[in-house]
Amino acid sequence: MAEVPKKLTIPAEEYICSGHLACQGCGAALAMRYALKALGPNTVYTVPACCWSVIDGPFPYTTLGVPLFHIAFEAAAASACGLSAGLEMVGKKGVNVVAWAGDGGTADIGIQALSGAAERNDNILYICYDNEAYMNTGVQRSSSTPWGAWTTTTPARHFKKRPKKNLVDIMVAHQIPYVATAAMAFPEDLIRKVSKAKDIEGTKYIQIFASCPPGWRMAPEYAVKAVRLAVNTRIWPQLEVEHGVYTINRKPRKYTPVAEYLKLQGRFAHLTEEQIEQMQEMVEREWDRLLFLEKSTHEMAGLPLAGEKAAASKEGGAGAAAGQG
Amino acid sequence: MTEKIDIRGACDMPPMAKSLGRMSWNKTGSWRNVTPVIDYDKCTRCMLCWKFCPDLAISCTDPPEIILDYCKGCGVCAEECPVKCIEMKEGL
Repeated sequence: MAEVPKKLTIPAEEYICSGHLACQGCGAALAMRYALKALGPNTVYTVPACCWSVIDGPFPYTTLGVPLFHIAFEAAAASACGLSAGLEMVGKKGVNVVAWAGDGGTADIGIQALSGAAERNDNILYICYDNEAYMNTGVQRSSSTPWGAWTTTTPARHFKKRPKKNLVDIMVAHQIPYVATAAMAFPEDLIRKVSKAKDIEGTKYIQIFASCPPGWRMAPEYAVKAVRLAVNTRIWPQLEVEHGVYTINRKPRKYTPVAEYLKLQGRFAHLTEEQIEQMQEMVEREWDRLLFLEKSTHEMAGLPLAGEKAAASKEGGAGAAAGQG
Repeated sequence: MTEKIDIRGACDMPPMAKSLGRMSWNKTGSWRNVTPVIDYDKCTRCMLCWKFCPDLAISCTDPPEIILDYCKGCGVCAEECPVKCIEMKEGL
C-alpha cells in the first residue's frame, strides 16, 4: 500500500469500518466517522432507536471500533449518565461517554432524559445528528422538521406549518458549559468542536446537521452539497455557546438565497414563490436574532467581539437576496 | 474478525451480548449501479473524495483508490471533486 498523503485536513485514523448498512450518501454515517476521529478509541457510545441503531449492523456484528450500547428510544441521555457515573465509581478516568441520537430521539422522545442530564450537569457529551425527520421509520414529521417540509405525515398539501424546534436555545437555557452546532459538510469545524467538548467537564451538547438523501428526496451525490448550502444560506448557522456566550463561527461574506438549497430537495418541491420568499424572511429574522445575541452576550461577559467582521458580514447580508447565484 | 458468523440456532448465539465481529464481512459493493472511475492524470491528490466518502470506500493513499468491494455508488466523490476527475460510469 502506498503511503498516507501529507496534506490531510482531518485525522487519517478511522474508527468505523466499511460494510455498514447506511443508505447511499448517508450524512449520519459521515457525522459518526468525523466525531470518532475527534473522540478517539477511549469512547463509549449509547445509541437509542435511530438510523444508527440500524447502520451499526445486526448482532453480533458492529461497525464501530468502540463499545456501543443499543438503548431504548427515550433513554440515550439517562443511560449515558449511568455509564458516566459507573465509570467514575470504578475509578476509570478519561473515557468519553457519548449519547448519540437522532433528532426524534433528542427533540421529541428523548428530551426529558436530556433535560434531566443537563440540569444535573452530568459529565456526558450528547450529540444529536439532525436529519430533520424520523428517517429510520420512513420519513415521519419530527419537531425538528423545518417549516415547509414534506414528510409522509405532513404531505405536500398540508406541509409542516410550524418552525423547527430550537434545541440549541433549549440547551442554552439549561446553563450547561458547552452547546454547539456543526454541519457534516465542514468536517474540520465538526472535529474541532467535538475535540473541544470532550475536554470540558459537565454536560456538552452538539447538534450536527446531517443530510438524508432518501428522506429529503434528493439524489445521493448532493448529500454534502446540500448541507454546505444549508450553512451558506444561513438555514443552519454554525454556533458555539460557551457558558451562555454565543459565537457564530461561520459568517459567509455572500449569502446564497434559500431557493438554491430548497430546489435541490424534493421535500420542498411544492413550495410556491411566495412561500420561498416567506422562508427567506424567516431565515433572515433568525440570523439577525443570532447576531444580536452574539453581540449582547459578548458585551455582558465583557469579551471582545470580532466587531468589524460582524459589521462587514451584515452588509453582505443586506445584499444577499439580490446577489450571488 | 471480518468473517461472517454462522448462526443457525440458539446454541450458536454468543453467551454474552458483546460484538464478535466487524461489519466488514458485508460487501456493500453489490448495492452499486454506477461506479466511480478516477482519471489519475487530472487528479490533484487533494483527498476530498476520501474525506467525504460515507462508506470509507476510498483509500487514504497517494494516489487514492476506490475500494470496489464496499463502494455503494452514491456519487458524493464525483460531485465533491474540485477538478471533476471522477466519473460515474453505468454498471459494476
